[in-house]
Amino acid sequence: MRKILVTLLFLLFGTSAFADCNIKSGSINILANDFPALRTFVETSKQCKGSADFKVTHSSEHNKIAVPALTANPSEFSARIAANSSIVPLMNQDLIRPLDDLVKKYGKGIQDSQLITIDGKVMAVAFMANTQHLYYREDVLKDLGIAIPKTYEEVVAASEKIRASGKMQYPYAAAYKAGWNLAEEFVNMFIGHGGEFFKSGSAEPNINNAKGVATLNMLKKLSELSNPDYLTHDSEAIKVEWESGNVALMTLWASRSGTLLDDEGDPNITKATKLTGPATVGGGNIPAATLWWDGFTLAKNRPDADAEATFRALAHAASNKKMVADAADQAVWLVEGFVPGPKSIGVIEAVKMGAKPYPMLPQMGLMHGALGSEIVEFLQGKESAEQALKDVEAAYISKAKEQGFL
Amino acid sequence: MPNKTFFWFFLPTGLAMILFIGLPIISTGIQSFYAQHDQVVKEVKKCDPFGCTVSIVVDNEETSKIREAKPLGKFNGFGTYTDRNHLAVDEIKKFWNETESFGAFVDQVTNLPFYKALIFTLTYCLFVTPNVLLLGFIIALSLNAVARKIRGPLIFGTILPMIVTPLVGSLVLFWMIDSQGIIGANIQNLMNDPYLSLKSSKTLTWITIIIYGIWHHSPFAFVVFYAALQTVPQEPVEAAIIDGASRFQRIKHIVLPHIYPVVTFVALISLMDNFRVFEPIIGFSAEGSAQSLSWLIYDNLVNEEVILFGSAAATSMMTIIGIAILLAPVLIRTWKEFKTAR
Repeated sequence: MRKILVTLLFLLFGTSAFADCNIKSGSINILANDFPALRTFVETSKQCKGSADFKVTHSSEHNKIAVPALTANPSEFSARIAANSSIVPLMNQDLIRPLDDLVKKYGKGIQDSQLITIDGKVMAVAFMANTQHLYYREDVLKDLGIAIPKTYEEVVAASEKIRASGKMQYPYAAAYKAGWNLAEEFVNMFIGHGGEFFKSGSAEPNINNAKGVATLNMLKKLSELSNPDYLTHDSEAIKVEWESGNVALMTLWASRSGTLLDDEGDPNITKATKLTGPATVGGGNIPAATLWWDGFTLAKNRPDADAEATFRALAHAASNKKMVADAADQAVWLVEGFVPGPKSIGVIEAVKMGAKPYPMLPQMGLMHGALGSEIVEFLQGKESAEQALKDVEAAYISKAKEQGFL
Repeated sequence: MPNKTFFWFFLPTGLAMILFIGLPIISTGIQSFYAQHDQVVKEVKKCDPFGCTVSIVVDNEETSKIREAKPLGKFNGFGTYTDRNHLAVDEIKKFWNETESFGAFVDQVTNLPFYKALIFTLTYCLFVTPNVLLLGFIIALSLNAVARKIRGPLIFGTILPMIVTPLVGSLVLFWMIDSQGIIGANIQNLMNDPYLSLKSSKTLTWITIIIYGIWHHSPFAFVVFYAALQTVPQEPVEAAIIDGASRFQRIKHIVLPHIYPVVTFVALISLMDNFRVFEPIIGFSAEGSAQSLSWLIYDNLVNEEVILFGSAAATSMMTIIGIAILLAPVLIRTWKEFKTAR
C-alpha cells in the first residue's frame, strides 16, 4: 500500500521538469558571470539536479577566478560558463574537456549550431548570443528631428545637435572605463574599420596603421560627447546615467536591455528607450561591434561522474524550450524554440549586418590588456594616436614574448 | 635580555616569518627569472554559432610535454626585468640617442609603464609621508591640550579614518567627487566650469588620491605621537615655562627631541605603507590616470586573461628593493644611534 502511495506521489509531483534527468550522483559546481540571463540559465539547470550536490558562484570577477580555480586538481568548479574570450585561457592551459561523448549520450535537445567545435572536438555548448549595439531616446531624437543613426559619424552629428540644443550636456555614453571595457570599445571600432589585430598567420601585432588611427580618433570624438568621467564608467555606470535621463544615445550590451527596460526607474524614460542595431563606422559595411556567445564548458580536473552530472543538468537548461519562452526578453537564446522579441533587435540586426565574432585567438587576451591601459593617455589628450598605438604594440610585444607567443 | 633567552623567545615568530614571508619571497624571486615556454600553436577549424573559421590554438599535447620536462618555464635571466614593461633598458638607450632635448627624453621615459608607476608611487610617498607626520603631530599636540573630559570622544573621532576599510573610505570619497556628487558638483559651481571633472584630469586625480592618503594615514601617526606625548617629563617643561620659553620653543627643544625615536618609527612605517599604495587606485577607479607599482603587479595577475607570473614576480622584487632603498637612510641612522648608545 505504502509503495503504491509513494509511486502515486512520485507520478503526481515528478513532472516533466524532473523526468528526463534522473541524476543520482556526482557534484555540480558552476562558475558564471553575474547577469539576469545567466541566473535564469543556472536556475533552470538546478531543476534537474536530482540527488546531486549543486552549487553555483555568480561573480562579475569570474575572469579572475577561473584559471586558478580550474587549474587545481580536483578543480573547484565542475563547469564554467564562458564566452568567446574567456574560453581561450582555459584552452591555452588545457583546463576543459571535450564534450563529444556527453553530447552524444545526453545532448538530445541541443542543436548542432550550439556546439562550439575546435579541431573537430566539442569544447563548449553555447546557449545565448550577445553584442553591443545602439540604444536611443525616441522622444529626444523626434523633438530635434534627428533620424536614427546608422553610423558612428551620424552618432557624433546627432550628439552634437543634442548638445547644441541645450537638452543634454553629455548626450552619448559607452562603457569607456580604463581597462577591459575601454579595450573592448577599441576592438569593436577597429573591427568596424576592417582592421585585423595580427599579421596573418602570426602573433605579430598589426594595429599601428591608418585603421588604428581612425579608430582612436572616433573613440576620442565620442568620448568628448560623453560625461567627463567616462574613463571610470563601466556598463553598470552608464546604465545608471541613462536611467537618470542624462543620455540620449548609448552603446551597450544587448544582455543589459532587460534591466534597462524593466519597471524600475522613470517610466517616461523607459517608454522612450528604443533599441537598434550596432552602427557602422568609416564607410564600412560591417558593424563596429563583435558578436559574443555564452556557453558552458566542463573542467578537465574533475572526476567523470561529476562531469556527467554537470553536463546533464546544464544540457537540460541549454535545450529548455520553457526557459527560452519564459525568459525571452532576458537574452537572445540560441536554444531551439526561441522567438526573438523586441529586446533582441540589437543582436539580430548585428548578425544580419554580418558582424564578426570576437577573435578567439590564444594571444588576444594580451592584446586586449595592452589596449586597455595604453590608449588612455591619447583620450586624455596627452599623446598622439600614433604614439598610443606604438605603445600598445610595444606593451603587447613584451607580454607576448614573456608568454612565448613571439 | 641574554642572547639565549632572546633566541628562544624569538624562535616561533622567526620560524613563522621564514615560512610565510621568507620562503614566498625566495620563490617569487626564482619565478621572476623564468618566462613561459615558446607556445606551440597549430591551425585548426573552429566553429561557433556564427560560423566556421580556420585559426590557431595552443597545441596542448606538445605544450604539456615541454611543461613536464621543465615545469618552471624557460630560463630568462634578467630578461623580464629589462623588457619594456619593466626597466626598459633598450628603450631608454634608444630614447637617449634619438631625442634632442632632455625634456623630450624624460617625456619618453615617463611614458613607459614601470617608470610611470614609479613616478606616481614616489610622488605619493613624498607628499603623503611628511604631511601625515606633520598632521598627526599637530593633532596629537592639540588633543593633548584639550580638557580631559572631551578627550575620549575626540580621540575616537580622530582615529575613524583608520578604522574605515581603505576601499570603503575611497569609495565614499569617489562618489562624493563624482561630477554629480556633493563635492564634485560644488567645485563645478565654484569654478563655474560644467566640464570640470575631478576624475578625468590626471593632476586632479593624483591630488585626490594624495589627500585621501593623508586623511587615511594621519590617525596612525596621531595615535603613536599621542602615546609618546604622555611620556614627556613634566619637570623640564615647567622649568622652561619659568624661564619664559614660548610654546613653540618648548616643543622644539624639549618635546621633539624626546619623541624623536617615535618619529623615526612612524616615518619608517608610513614610507613602507605608502610605497605599496594600492587600494585607493581601485577605489577611485583611477587606473587610467594613476598607476602604482602594486597596481602593476595586480594588473599582471588579474587584469589579463593570461596571467603573467614572471612580470608580476619581477615587479614584486623591484618593489621590495625600492622599499629597501627608501628605508636605507633611516635604517642606517638608527643603526648608528643604536651603536653609539651601547
